[in-house]
Amino acid sequence: MNGSWNLVTDVRQMWSLPFMVNAYRAGTVAALLAALVGYFMILRKQTFAGHTLSVVGFPGAAGATWLGISATFGYFAFCLSSAAVIAAVPAGGRRRTDQSALIGTVQAFALACGFLFVALYNGFLGGTTALLFGSFLGITSRQVLVLVVVAVLIVIALAVIGRPLVFASLDGDVARAHRVPVRLLDVIYLLLLGAAVAETAQITGVLLVFTLLVLPPATAQRLTARPARGILLAAVLAVVSTWVALGVAFYSPYPFGFWLSTITFAEYVAVVAGAAVVRAC
Amino acid sequence: MLSQPFVQHAYIAGSAVAVACGLLGYFLVLRAQVFTADALSHVAFTGALAALAFGVDVRLGLLTVTVAVAVLMGLLGPRGRADDVVIGGVFAWVLGLGVLFLSLYTTHRSGGNGAAGINVLFGSIFGLSAGRSWLTVAITGGVTLVLLAGWRPLLFATIDDGVAAARGVPVRLVGVGFLALTGVTAAEATQVVGALLLLGLLAAPAGAAVQLTTTPGRGAAVATVLALVSVWAGLAFSYAVPRVPPSFGIIAVATVGYAAALVWRRAILVHSP
Repeated sequence: MNGSWNLVTDVRQMWSLPFMVNAYRAGTVAALLAALVGYFMILRKQTFAGHTLSVVGFPGAAGATWLGISATFGYFAFCLSSAAVIAAVPAGGRRRTDQSALIGTVQAFALACGFLFVALYNGFLGGTTALLFGSFLGITSRQVLVLVVVAVLIVIALAVIGRPLVFASLDGDVARAHRVPVRLLDVIYLLLLGAAVAETAQITGVLLVFTLLVLPPATAQRLTARPARGILLAAVLAVVSTWVALGVAFYSPYPFGFWLSTITFAEYVAVVAGAAVVRAC
Repeated sequence: MLSQPFVQHAYIAGSAVAVACGLLGYFLVLRAQVFTADALSHVAFTGALAALAFGVDVRLGLLTVTVAVAVLMGLLGPRGRADDVVIGGVFAWVLGLGVLFLSLYTTHRSGGNGAAGINVLFGSIFGLSAGRSWLTVAITGGVTLVLLAGWRPLLFATIDDGVAAARGVPVRLVGVGFLALTGVTAAEATQVVGALLLLGLLAAPAGAAVQLTTTPGRGAAVATVLALVSVWAGLAFSYAVPRVPPSFGIIAVATVGYAAALVWRRAILVHSP
């Protein structure tokens, strides 16, 4: 597809195709959801857990395909159960050390399971790449609807626990002293992260959910320390980056995931470099 | 089983990788840097795909890139330990580059297909040549020797970097050097056993060792032995049941070992007053 450098014509041409309209709808919802959930992930320094949970979608989908059931079940079953396993590690003095090993093991085991399912289900190999790296070309209107419903539920849940969650994330000990149920929030947040990732991974592929989870919130956090403003900024960055990446990917031979990660990473680097320049002046 | 050359090569290379990963993993877990190793193995993944995409055999290039990223990560953080968010950001972009190279490879190379990415991620340990497996032994053996030689300062800097720095241990240098070693292992092991297997061998045996003992020397030994046992048992299992890929066999054994260690520690905590 050739672009004409006339943006209005290009966008009109792109949106005359139903699958691109669906890609934009799904991309927008996925970006909003990932930015919101990802903001807390960065705040809580649970990047590794986020990456592991997003990767876990792969064996879920592969296993579901092998068993001949809907891939959506697979995503949710694996992401939620892995979130439960990671949350189950007891809190204690050596928590960070223990958790890092646990998360790594969960990730490696999940990926190994995915590989096993692929090997057991012969001829699935072509689909594996789409599972890992996503394909925005085949999104149906029904998928968009499910995505919206799940996203709304997660946003409502986060809105309910938002204030205590920020408190517990920033200073767990003080929060505990104020009778905030830190441990319970910990578990709920990981489950929400698992659900968000399970839903988003179906659109973006398991390896690229991580881009949306990490980069826009990280950029936002460099710009403002206020949670409400940061979340808003992360959401705007994520949505705009997704829109631009979808458009560029449509007109270029290179994949969406590459554009999305490059654009969001460029924003992050620009903000970090900008801050360094400001500090130097 | 051991009379088959391809099984011999798998055992030779697998054992060498297991020893290096057990030792490295023990320190990675103590330093809470498993995520860094995860990111480095994906850097190696992207590097391998880039080599495929451009049709060159850049083993040396892959090594250089992985070590360079490792050193960069070490330099970005305080005392040679990078911040989670920085790692995550670089990591996300590296994955995006991997996708680019995979698509370049699948569209421009004749005979190329999606299986390339799968092989890099999951490895093909039963497909090693004799030369390849001995090269692996040489490189991972070198990593093991360096780790053993730098044992005391590394351990000191790992357990209490503040006191170590006060006592004149070059903490930053040790941290960066340690990450560079991880980079070397990641680059080598990814080509041999796949990025996935690497993470499993780094995290699971060491995680189990940390649960079982608090003595560093004993812990490192336990981690190494567990990694070796995982590789040996996993390879034998997947040889006996050909439909099960070797990566799965090895990771499954390692995971079971880790789960058993968790349960055992919990039982001890419950029974001790």
